[in-house]
Amino acid sequence: MMSREQQSAALDGLFQALGDPARRGMVDRLCRGPASVSELAKPLAMTLSAVVQHLQVLEASGLVRSHKVGRVRTCQLDTAALESAERWLVGRRSLWEARFDRLGEYLAEQVEPRKPTKKH
Amino acid sequence: MKQRSTQHTTFVIERRYAAQPARVFAAWADPAAKARWFNGPSTWQNEGYVLDFRVGGREHLRTGAPGGGKVHQYDCCYQDIVPGARIVYSYDMHIGDVRISVSLATVEFQPDAAGTLMKFTEQAVFLDGYDDSGSRERGTQELLGKLAAALETI
Repeated sequence: MMSREQQSAALDGLFQALGDPARRGMVDRLCRGPASVSELAKPLAMTLSAVVQHLQVLEASGLVRSHKVGRVRTCQLDTAALESAERWLVGRRSLWEARFDRLGEYLAEQVEPRKPTKKH
Repeated sequence: MKQRSTQHTTFVIERRYAAQPARVFAAWADPAAKARWFNGPSTWQNEGYVLDFRVGGREHLRTGAPGGGKVHQYDCCYQDIVPGARIVYSYDMHIGDVRISVSLATVEFQPDAAGTLMKFTEQAVFLDGYDDSGSRERGTQELLGKLAAALETI
């Protein structure tokens, strides 16, 4: 179970990974099934090393896993990371976090009610 | 035919408040106090908040997103209450007519150097909301769209 800090860091990594159209294109392709690095590179107008760099960002974020068999590296989507993002979007945990923020404000206000402004 | 699936999730949230456990507990037990923080922000329409805080008692809340989206409904039943120390309740959520989840929540209040350590544990099952592997692709692409849209607001 992740702490709030860990979850926040994981989401940052996820959003950073998806904050690039080429990487989103790769993730989109991997939605349809695993692919080799060269298959992923085909539609992209960039060098193979640039593609590999993008894949490293995707793997660091946990969205993509890859393994090498012989000379071929195959990549696939790791759905656990997406499910975690989806749960965040659905907002159950963040809904409660927001409520507990408001609980904190309510408790603080009880002790120190806002003082009325002085009349001039 | 509707795709059936279940997705389980458990999470724990801990918060420290500079207030005695009895006061934090009271913010959960008193309807006027709870409405102050439990209901959504004022931009959302909160309707019909009811709290009957006792074992077997019920709690209801309806909220409508701004811009007139579907109504979210929260219905809860209190299972266990130890005054000042523990609350256990079960609840479900509807969006429109569809029940989307059922949950078990436990709230514990412990005295702490600064006041209270509040520990909230939720165990939830999301119903029929996660596509099976056959339509995972459509669900994932939808999610990518939402994430891309969320990125634009950052």
